[in-house]
Amino acid sequence: MVQPLNYLKETPSQTAGPYVHIGLAPGAAGFDIYDQELGWDIAGPNAKGERIRVEGIVIDGTGSPIKDVMLEAWQANSEGNYAHPEGGGNVEDGFRGWGRVITDFETGEWGFDTVKPGRTQGRNIGLQAPHINLWIVARGINIGLNTRLYFDDEAQANAEDPVLNIIEWERRRATLLAKRSERDGQVVYRFEIRLQGQDETVFFDI
Amino acid sequence: MTKPGEFYQRDRTWHPPAFAKDYKTSVARSPQYSLISLQNSVSEITGPVFGHNDIDALDNDMIHNYAQPGEAAIGERIIVHGRVLDENGKPVPNTLVEAWQANAGGRYRHKKDTYLAPIDPNFGGCGRTLTDENGYYFFRTVKPGAYPWRNWVNDWRPAHIHMSIFGTAFAQRLITQCYFEGDPLIDKCPIVKTIPDKAAQGQLVAALDMNASVPLDSIAYKFDIILRGRRSTLFENRLEGN
Ligand SMILES: [Fe+3]
Repeated sequence: MVQPLNYLKETPSQTAGPYVHIGLAPGAAGFDIYDQELGWDIAGPNAKGERIRVEGIVIDGTGSPIKDVMLEAWQANSEGNYAHPEGGGNVEDGFRGWGRVITDFETGEWGFDTVKPGRTQGRNIGLQAPHINLWIVARGINIGLNTRLYFDDEAQANAEDPVLNIIEWERRRATLLAKRSERDGQVVYRFEIRLQGQDETVFFDI
Repeated sequence: MTKPGEFYQRDRTWHPPAFAKDYKTSVARSPQYSLISLQNSVSEITGPVFGHNDIDALDNDMIHNYAQPGEAAIGERIIVHGRVLDENGKPVPNTLVEAWQANAGGRYRHKKDTYLAPIDPNFGGCGRTLTDENGYYFFRTVKPGAYPWRNWVNDWRPAHIHMSIFGTAFAQRLITQCYFEGDPLIDKCPIVKTIPDKAAQGQLVAALDMNASVPLDSIAYKFDIILRGRRSTLFENRLEGN
């Protein structure tokens, strides 16, 4: 016999199912219940830095868009601070850095407006490249998938990023790069997430 | 600067695997390469913070939060209550818990749900609350009905409430489902059975809690939620590549 450790076990995950919107974005489910829904304004009006739009799609193993997916975004402000007591420093009033992203039910396309995050502190030494942390849930996803969106115009910072650098297969690192373009004077980054196949997006156990 | 501890590694054998062949939708939606394991940085040990400005005090009363004045949702009135703790047994205070569910007939208020059971005009089917300083939360609602779904020809979901929990960090983010003690459909459900371990399945079954019921009003079920625990030691060893 040994003494029991008495740790509890984490509650097991279950799929968010097809009706995740009812709970987390009821407007998208088709009804109005709360005075304010959460997660529609990531950066707020006072955020400094470059205003950007991020757009994308999530594609399943058959090559089809997933139309009932929900993503959550978590990012630092333009100075690399998260809106959290342990986030590294102060953020602008109203900067939350967190958002909920719902797809178009017809096309599977999604998008959100934010500011480009700054470089954040690495785990020990050095800086991480600018990135947005993403968490993806849907019907058929048994436990939320964690990935990171990096920016393809940050070559220098990306080359130094401690997380990108632990991905052994260099060609898989490219799955985490959002592609910059401009549309009607606005900066747009496109990020396609593939759940399976040779170009499967890198997912993390965090 | 002292750096805070990271979270305990997730026990992936306790959770459902991404690929579960009897839950058919998971087949094409499950990544096939291994996950890349990350030691926590500031990006994972932080997460959104919510407060009482974000929600209304009655958001956790699903019997009334969508009902016309003086009316109420139809169904068996229940209270679902419990605590949000971490793996160390420590309460997680002030964390956002969101819930959604079908009505008593098994129908969701969602433009994509076409099940023939009727919509209850006084039931929205979602609620949210913040845990108190002891990690305690509760919802007042009606017991959801079972409903059929397209998987095998005759699959039915046991009565369940979907729950979303934040904790204090993005690394703790979790969505799960709460089932109800005594429901014979639990053991037949392909989604429950995506969880390989029977004891882990049992962790999702809320216990009938007569002591917390309100006589002549509502019956109660207790559902505790456990989030990942955190090391108390510091980041001190500088590993290569970090
Ligand atoms: Fe459901």
